[in-house]
Amino acid sequence: MRVEIAGTGLHTFGRHPETSLAQLGATAVRAALEAADVGRGDFQAAYCGTAYGGVASGHRVLGALGLTGGPIVDVEAGCASGAAALQLAAGAIEAGRYERVLVFGVERMPKGMIRSSFFEPWVEEAGLSPAPAYFALRAQRLMRETGLTKQDLAAVVVKNRANGVLNPDAMFRKAVTPEEVLASRVVCDPLHLWMLCSPNDGAAAVVLERGRGRGVEVAAVSLRSHLPGSVLGEATPLSGIPDDDITPPTALAAAEAYEKAGLGPEDLDLVECQDTDAARELLACAEIGLCPVGELPRWVHEGAGLPHGRLPVNTSGGLLSKGEPLGASALGQVVEIVAQLRGEAGPRQVPGASVGLAHTIGRGANASVTILKAPARP
Amino acid sequence: MSGSGRNARPVVEGLFDFDADGVRLLMSGCAACGADFFPRAPVCPYCAGSDVADVTSAGTGATLWAWTAVNAAPPGYGGSVPYGFGVVELPGGVRIVTRITVADPAALSLGMPMRLTVDPVGIDDDGTEVVAWAFAPAGGVEGRA
Ligand SMILES: [Zn+2]
Repeated sequence: MRVEIAGTGLHTFGRHPETSLAQLGATAVRAALEAADVGRGDFQAAYCGTAYGGVASGHRVLGALGLTGGPIVDVEAGCASGAAALQLAAGAIEAGRYERVLVFGVERMPKGMIRSSFFEPWVEEAGLSPAPAYFALRAQRLMRETGLTKQDLAAVVVKNRANGVLNPDAMFRKAVTPEEVLASRVVCDPLHLWMLCSPNDGAAAVVLERGRGRGVEVAAVSLRSHLPGSVLGEATPLSGIPDDDITPPTALAAAEAYEKAGLGPEDLDLVECQDTDAARELLACAEIGLCPVGELPRWVHEGAGLPHGRLPVNTSGGLLSKGEPLGASALGQVVEIVAQLRGEAGPRQVPGASVGLAHTIGRGANASVTILKAPARP
Repeated sequence: MSGSGRNARPVVEGLFDFDADGVRLLMSGCAACGADFFPRAPVCPYCAGSDVADVTSAGTGATLWAWTAVNAAPPGYGGSVPYGFGVVELPGGVRIVTRITVADPAALSLGMPMRLTVDPVGIDDDGTEVVAWAFAPAGGVEGRA
């Protein structure tokens, strides 16, 4: 059964202290329903991805639009929450349970370093919880094992911020230079402030339906979690073992998604991936199979991920430009890829884009890989 | 040891202990797959075996594997900043997440011999020092041994 995207909507990611969770979500949902030309009663179920939203977030959002009596299910899977909601919805359509399903992700993020219910209080008391410190250790290892430099990490930030200039829905819309990135304060060496994304507020929505071959196809949505052993994996254990032979969850999810879609990395025209920090984008590119990990320095130096490079990465500006509203983040990537595959991405358009891949990973953790395909051109 | 006053309290029970003889990590070893892991658990995280025995490590032979410094206090943390943070590798390959007593990343290097100690992370209302396990350069670091 072919599952298609009938419409997408967004509430701009940013700092929206005066806007409630329900308002954020309702803006995105209303836009997606309008784009799909679907009335508020014309979907049979709704799945809402959120990590910090709290009890019945989805009900609060849809309540603001007028309840319709259909099932509303909240999905929490960390940074992959939106993708998990998408997977459940696509699966329900594939199984023949529903004809049309609303999927949305919404978040109002706490400011600064995120206090998480993920850790027992003593872990925070001992100073063992800060996410940027784990990002830094992962970045240090990647640099050590590949020869990537701080300049290479800065180049990723420069690329994504330049892309963000062209995206009216990004939070940061000012281009930056490598010198400025490296002059921003060190949060946790080797990572500077501008190499890290900012948690913020936003929402994204997608209407899925049983396809008729005219819309963007959801070719695969895969979610995987960690195998044991990687001490720097997002599962965040206190101990690990040598892990060179342990496949990370992003690679597991990518392999599964490529198989389901009948496609490979060579078929991709653009990628939106988890750039929580600049090094994470590069590690993700390797884990998704775009480039052997040892060749990442060349990948950067050749500008492979630039808008006119071999395979554009984060044309939306990525989380580094948009910020990261956890539950909305994976669907925000889908919104960008759908725009690209429809040829509606304006100044960011990748010419002739027909296959796109979206990737998230976060603490906990699930990796998600979503592959979308443009409809056959007439 | 930087914070081993007689009245010090461990930040968490059951992960490490310390006395006049030194500091020990309280680990488990799995009889089925041979893996050691930290903290202790009744089930092996690698093979789900339940034939696990207590193992302790004094950190002998540890080397530095990854490190950074945390420059601003994260939520829920009341100790001093900046502080060192990283991963050491024990002989046999087990990697342990740990505080590091040196907060200057440039003073540390891959494979540096490390020794197990404790590090203050706060003070209770009654004045008792709260400590966590930590690793320090075994040979000291210039100026801050
Ligand atoms: Zn075992």
